Amino acid sequence: MRYLYYPGCSAESTGMAYDISTRALMEKLGVELVELDDWNCCGATSYFSVRELDSFAIAARNLAIAQQQGDEDLCVICNACYTTLAKTNRYMADSPHVREQVQGALKAVGRRYDGTKPVRHIMDVLVNDVGLEAISEKVARRLTGIKVAPYYGCQYSRPIGSFDDTEDPQTMDRFFEALGADVLTDFPAKLKCCGGMMMLTNATGAVRLCHEILKSAEDLGADVIVAACPLCEMNLEGYQPNVNKAYGTHFHIPVMYFTQLAGLALGIDPKQLAIDKQVVSCAPVLAAIPA
Amino acid sequence: MPAGEKIKICQQCGTCTGSCPTSSMMDYGPREVIAAFRAGMIDKVVKSNTIWLCTSCYSCTVRCPAGIKITDLMYELKRLGIKYDLLPKDTRNPAMTRYFIDNVLKYGRNHEVGLMARFMLAKDWSMPFNFAGLGIKLFTSGRLPLLPKQIRGKEEIAKMTAYLDAQEAKLQ
Repeated sequence: MRYLYYPGCSAESTGMAYDISTRALMEKLGVELVELDDWNCCGATSYFSVRELDSFAIAARNLAIAQQQGDEDLCVICNACYTTLAKTNRYMADSPHVREQVQGALKAVGRRYDGTKPVRHIMDVLVNDVGLEAISEKVARRLTGIKVAPYYGCQYSRPIGSFDDTEDPQTMDRFFEALGADVLTDFPAKLKCCGGMMMLTNATGAVRLCHEILKSAEDLGADVIVAACPLCEMNLEGYQPNVNKAYGTHFHIPVMYFTQLAGLALGIDPKQLAIDKQVVSCAPVLAAIPA
Repeated sequence: MPAGEKIKICQQCGTCTGSCPTSSMMDYGPREVIAAFRAGMIDKVVKSNTIWLCTSCYSCTVRCPAGIKITDLMYELKRLGIKYDLLPKDTRNPAMTRYFIDNVLKYGRNHEVGLMARFMLAKDWSMPFNFAGLGIKLFTSGRLPLLPKQIRGKEEIAKMTAYLDAQEAKLQ
């Protein structure tokens, strides 16, 4: 099994543990990831605020490279990159104007893209290609008794919804059940917005949103929150002191990339999963996993 | 904006505002934005804090019974605000957007440390104090590399946007 791999900009800084643990996890599962050559920023939400076509064009440069580089699907780890790239495909398919303009822009730099490269979220690849049975068979340390709050984040399934439901996604729940965890399947905040980039421009508002999510996880007795997006992970983990200050709470909840916790279940060394890079110590989680 | 004409069939049901995680912080909720847009009161909407509080969560978009792409509409209004300099006084988002794009034009990727540093210097001196503990932890664990990664084809980004600039000029 082989995929082209788009890490995204966060994978080079705040979200580097997501990238490191993804590579380790996929290697363990026998999935080869080939990094997309000379990939650029997907444009995120910022480019949409300047010109819609610019955002599609710069996202499409990555898709054009992917199409040239190989026949494999393009695997993406960041929810925002995933949505931006998948949305570009969808709008190129739906709108002849978008398609024509994007292809014109690519042609201006000597590139071609027909709009058909499949963009896959890593969870989609794990659940639907690798398969939960195959993953379950490789578990070395079942996550028995670990209460996992699966936090999906907005752009996991919205607006695209190609591999999971836009209102009630379940893939991450099923994934961690396969690893033996005690999944909090009724975690009501699993899709509530963390505020995203708002943490930098309107911290009061974003802290309020994070408070709701953290409180919801704590009320259910979560041992760990798992995230599938570098921005969600950063907001929920890094700003717990700010939430505590604003709301008089005492949150100290470990937050991990879902690939880190899955890697532990598969017996990968915590160092290879960059677990020491987490801001809130994951020691209680490590200690609680049965050997 | 593909399918932008759908705002004509908005029934004002309010599902968007009810679904919006930030509507309680907004001057006008998304439903009111569409009503104002259709009533020709665009400037009022664009100058409100509303559109800049949209986090792109897409809850409204996936729920709208009329199929209106409300998140895309918010982007459109952000673009109008930036283009005609109709911005709410206290919003810092347009600056963040600008710096993000400058970063991508310069390096081909977003350099998070550079983006945050420029934003702090220009817009929010209090940030280093509010987030000092986090900054130190991220830095010491290697999660804040100081040097940007650059791509080989970075000039392609500027060339593509220049092409689209020229196309837009041709249409007007």
